[in-house]
Amino acid sequence: MLVRFITQLRDAGIPVSVTEYLALLEALKAGIADHSVDDFYGLARTILVKDERFYDRFDRVFSAHFSGLESLLDMLVGADIPEDWLRKLAELQISPEEKAKIEALGGLEQVMEALKQRLKDQKERHQGGNKWVGTAGRSPFGAYGYNPEGVRIGQESSRQRSAIKVWDRREFRNFDDSLELGTRNLQIALRRLRRFAREGAAEELDLDGTIQATARNAGWLDLKLRPERHNSVKVLLFLDVGGSMDDHVKVTEELFSAARTEFRHLEHYYFHNFIYESLWKDNRRRHQQRIPTQELLRTYGPDYRVIFVGDATMGPYEIIQPGGSVEHWNEESGAVWMGRLMAAFPRFAWLNPQPERYWEQTSSVGIVRKLLEQRMYPLTPAGLERATRVLNAR
Amino acid sequence: MQNERFVGTQRYVATEDLSMAVAAAVTLGRPLLIKGEPGTGKTQLAEEIAGFLGRPLYEWHVKSTTKAQQGLYEYDAVSRLRDSQLGDARVHDIGNYIVKGRLWEAFCSEVQPVLLIDEIDKADIEFPNDLLREIDRMEFYVYETRELVRARHRPIIVITSNNEKELPDAFLRRCFFHYIRFPDEQTMRQIVDVHFPGIKKELLAESLTAFYRIREVPGLKKKPSTSELLDWLKLLLAEDIAPEALRATDGKATIPPLYGALLKNEQDIHLFEQLVFMHRRTTR
Repeated sequence: MLVRFITQLRDAGIPVSVTEYLALLEALKAGIADHSVDDFYGLARTILVKDERFYDRFDRVFSAHFSGLESLLDMLVGADIPEDWLRKLAELQISPEEKAKIEALGGLEQVMEALKQRLKDQKERHQGGNKWVGTAGRSPFGAYGYNPEGVRIGQESSRQRSAIKVWDRREFRNFDDSLELGTRNLQIALRRLRRFAREGAAEELDLDGTIQATARNAGWLDLKLRPERHNSVKVLLFLDVGGSMDDHVKVTEELFSAARTEFRHLEHYYFHNFIYESLWKDNRRRHQQRIPTQELLRTYGPDYRVIFVGDATMGPYEIIQPGGSVEHWNEESGAVWMGRLMAAFPRFAWLNPQPERYWEQTSSVGIVRKLLEQRMYPLTPAGLERATRVLNAR
Repeated sequence: MQNERFVGTQRYVATEDLSMAVAAAVTLGRPLLIKGEPGTGKTQLAEEIAGFLGRPLYEWHVKSTTKAQQGLYEYDAVSRLRDSQLGDARVHDIGNYIVKGRLWEAFCSEVQPVLLIDEIDKADIEFPNDLLREIDRMEFYVYETRELVRARHRPIIVITSNNEKELPDAFLRRCFFHYIRFPDEQTMRQIVDVHFPGIKKELLAESLTAFYRIREVPGLKKKPSTSELLDWLKLLLAEDIAPEALRATDGKATIPPLYGALLKNEQDIHLFEQLVFMHRRTTR
């Protein structure tokens, strides 16, 4: 059974290996998770998942895999459980101190009642009416019997959540790196960019290393050098503004300006939908202060890396036709200008804030991708990683 | 020796899943890798485990220049060279110049120790890879003296990371992992309780509301964390601020007093003040 669970995790893209599987078995054998689902969930996550990015995926696989088990249990148990049978069972699970606490709260009945109420509330809040809680509403045995901690929810410690809730709530959704950039993801993306910035390997004298090596050499001078770490990356950023892009552009600007100290040069220019003969630097004065694209081609050398950010969603004629721009009459088509940029700056990439799965649906995205030799990447930490790899290629 | 299950201490609130992670790591003798927002008590965890189990704690704080070798031992060639030039007799035994690192010290411990490797992500990218064998087999070889150092008791290793660098897969395979989430309000209450047992109910309620409100302000560069909340409460108590001062009266949001303890850079403070100002205008 667990083997299937492991393969499902692997299918979901969580790197689980045999070592970890064996470790999990070892842990189970050592009796760390004393046969409650909560504990098993915690244990399995601790051992199998090594990055909070994967917590959400883990939760989903766990829920899918073990919900079948639960419905089986439901079937076995049936619907009608005598009330006092249930109470017996609950009493069995309660220690004397806990009993005293329950007494203080007005007896078991009330606690049970409160608990039932709580479970009901849960169901209502829960989208899609989850069967775990649903079952619990009608036939409390499912909840209490299967998950003795359920009784403890009713007392006071809300920390002691039913584990099902934990993995069905998907609290770690934000950590998944296939998501778009959020504030937390932004930090991770920044680190990617930083790594991208730390390139270049001139040599400098390693003083400590030299002293060490010389001493080891019994006094004969032994010079040591190490690669110098400096930021030599120069970046030109082209941002699509107007319309649907504004939110994304803000995120991207923040991202790059936060990484600004890491780049030796970072310049950004705005465009609308596609690149034509002129761009601007200040959105408020876009009509007064235009900068000819030709000037850019002359100003910046081929060592600049070029990053376009845009959703590439427009009419195809805006790219391929002269005069296709929605804002003005352009003598030459956008594709021609793009070709010039690509020739001048061989290291380029396009970041698209739209999720990758929608790209197929828009023909202009396909055209841009073809034009850019498929160097379009989603604006996610994972996408940035791929983009930086391309940008770093010699 | 059988270890009791770690469930938190007088000064430290451990959630259920954290306690499970510690139990798994202790029982199976694997290092436990801890991540989480800054200020959620990652480093403190090791101290608390050591205190709880009554074990000695060895701390190894990693910096960007730290090499894995420094945790094992260092050969102090410079003093040996100097001694040789001064004609010191000690120079003949190379063992005199082997300086033990934290890992070696932990390996020598009489009882099972707790070893904290703090902020492993600060070090060079190769750092974790250089420790693979040591963590796996709990032994290493000293080339200078040709001796094999083996751990007397497998240490309980706690490793913390701030996610500044990705750790290599081979290293992750050998660790257990736990991500300390930011505590919800209930847990936060417990944490505050543990730190300020005598705190007034109203003050706590008001300050927590204010705290979570600040955390929800969109676009903050650095959200205040648990340790900042605790600092802030300390200040509030010291200044004897009345709970009413924290309350947003008649829908008007106020800037909480002493908020400098919560917000740590001027952009955030500026943003926050602006939001409060705008809010006031709209409610007026």
